[in-house]
Amino acid sequence: MTPGYQNGSLVMTTLKRRLQSRPFQGFLLLLPSLLVLGVFVYLLLARTLMVAMSDQHTALPATQFVGLDNFIALFTADNGRFLHSARNLGLFVLVFIGGAMLMGFLWALMFDRGVKGESFFRSVYIFPIAISFIASGVVWRWLLNSSKGDEAGGLNQILGALNLEFLQSDWFLDPEWGMAAMAIPAIWQMSGYVMALFLAGFRGVPPELREAAYMDGATTGQMYRHIIFPQLTPAALSALIIVGQIGAKVFDLIMSMTGTGYISEVPAVYVWNALLTSDYAKAAAIASLLLLAVALVIVPYLIFTTRRESEVAE
Amino acid sequence: MSIIHKKLGAVFGCLALTATLGACSGAESGGGSSNDVEVFTWWTSGGEKAGLDGLSAVFAEECSGHNFVNAAIAGGSGSNSKQVLASRMQQNDPPSTFQTHAGAEGIDYVKAGQVQDLTADYTSWGLDTAFPEGLIDSLKMDGKLYSVPVNIHRIMLWGNTKVLGAAGITSAPKTIDEFIENLGKLRASGIESPLAVGVDWTQTEILESVLLAQLGPEKFTALWHKDADWSSAEITKAIESYKKILDYSNKDRDSLDWTDAEKRLVAGQAGYQVMGDWQVGELETSKFTDYNYQAFPGTEGSYQWLADAFVLPTGAKNVEGAKCWLKTVGSAEGQKEFNTKKGSIPARLDANPADYPEYQQRQIAEFKELTQVPSCIHGSACSLAQGSAINSAIGKFSIDGDIASLQAALGAATSEHGTNA
Repeated sequence: MTPGYQNGSLVMTTLKRRLQSRPFQGFLLLLPSLLVLGVFVYLLLARTLMVAMSDQHTALPATQFVGLDNFIALFTADNGRFLHSARNLGLFVLVFIGGAMLMGFLWALMFDRGVKGESFFRSVYIFPIAISFIASGVVWRWLLNSSKGDEAGGLNQILGALNLEFLQSDWFLDPEWGMAAMAIPAIWQMSGYVMALFLAGFRGVPPELREAAYMDGATTGQMYRHIIFPQLTPAALSALIIVGQIGAKVFDLIMSMTGTGYISEVPAVYVWNALLTSDYAKAAAIASLLLLAVALVIVPYLIFTTRRESEVAE
Repeated sequence: MSIIHKKLGAVFGCLALTATLGACSGAESGGGSSNDVEVFTWWTSGGEKAGLDGLSAVFAEECSGHNFVNAAIAGGSGSNSKQVLASRMQQNDPPSTFQTHAGAEGIDYVKAGQVQDLTADYTSWGLDTAFPEGLIDSLKMDGKLYSVPVNIHRIMLWGNTKVLGAAGITSAPKTIDEFIENLGKLRASGIESPLAVGVDWTQTEILESVLLAQLGPEKFTALWHKDADWSSAEITKAIESYKKILDYSNKDRDSLDWTDAEKRLVAGQAGYQVMGDWQVGELETSKFTDYNYQAFPGTEGSYQWLADAFVLPTGAKNVEGAKCWLKTVGSAEGQKEFNTKKGSIPARLDANPADYPEYQQRQIAEFKELTQVPSCIHGSACSLAQGSAINSAIGKFSIDGDIASLQAALGAATSEHGTNA
């Protein structure tokens, strides 16, 4: 036997062993999804960032790299349009998250207390999720009609008929607080989802814990405060993140309520408007900022849950 | 790989593609036969569709041997079709010809070298003398012609005669001040919001009309060019008048489409509306006859036009057929077939008014006599980006009413995105 042959056989066996090893087979299984994600998510993300830092403001190809100029222009020039759209979105997301979390939590609490006809009401509350924002937007556009007096329609008409004229509002056409009204349809639509998450949280608390608390002489209020609510944190956090990112990316609801107009423009709608004028660089810059905003919320959550899971595993 | 697998692959491939491109519909050979002329428009319903059908009928007669292929995609003002067109242009797969707004809106295509020069064809088809000079001037970019307009629309002031009569208004206002006075009279007669207005672009139409009245046709046309001066006191005065006029409009304007605004006029909730003359078709559809129309007060000598046009993309398939389509579009017969059905007037001066209904007859006569002035928001004077920035500024003004801010924004939009004179 020559040393060379010996070496070759050794290499072959190591290779074979490596190919048969579990980590490598695991990698093979992951490869297709890694490739698809790599190309269709991360490569395109990188491409968007590149466009955002180019001067491609027309249908013509980019001619040079402009660094962060497009981002800076959004905040300094632009007739305050981007800042306006960011403010609109901020107000919308705050009211949407607050409303959906509160409604969802109250409904779940109600079911946890044992209401008659639970399965019926549960379906009623969950149903709106099945409707697209476009369809519900059209209906809510009528319901939130801003006309008053003889021309009033929708909610304003009902309020007028009940002699509650002082409650009539311009709804989503109010220049300052219109975006809060815009959140009403979104709250109506997503509260059921939040309710389902909270309900799962409530049902996940073992009955023994409740019984033990009562045995120790806790009142119902104390039992909820000290035993149940602390265990709802994961459900609440999940709901917060999911509702938050849906809110941050809102587009379809706005398009069907008011279209592309300035009054209710949010960053996602602004991206659409910029694309319609072939201003690819500006559209990409806004899209990048939107991604960054969502990532600022999601990434800490991901870190938190990964840590938690590894703690549980240990 | 078995045949079933191949078919499945094709199906999934198509599913993925259709999401963005609408590929895989119909002929699989990619473009079909070489005699096909693929005509890309956003005309899919009503008078527009009827007009397109009329044009294709003339095309079938004039250009035998070529096939008309309708590639229309629905969506007002082409918002959807423009997206699809952009992706097709990027992949070097342009249709044989496509629809644009005539004028400055086409500048991006020209700059990108995506459309072909038609100046020589204009002469050989006799279009250089068939169209009026003012129109040709607005179509020219750096002295060359790239598009063939098929129709002409005009922006007008519409009135509800019953509502106006009830407020004691019997004659057409001739100046902006008189118009504002009339709006006041209407409000005094119990019409709370006498001017029916819709979303941003309908507001821009009003501002344009006020500017035209204030500045006159020459200064107005120059206003949209890159080097224009937007800081003059005249413009401030025009915006002040615009603000006064807007005060008389319905408060829910930012959520109404132009047809919703038109319903206010028809229902007698408003006395006036400024709108392009596609309004006629809409008024007739709602069987409403108590209306009158006039040029916006102070713009009687001008004809503020906008037009749809066709172009020849670079790399178009079947260039010969596409040119025959463009020739048909510009021909007297083609323009008659299209415009009698769509409710617009032909861009040619040799149209026979007797072929048209009463409204168009008057417009045909005035198109010849008056000074032709392009419209910004409908693309004849402004690039897409310019129009979009102006619309946004108008939308902001609708909320805050800040005159200085609007004037600065209009100037910035023009210096940044305007076309060269």
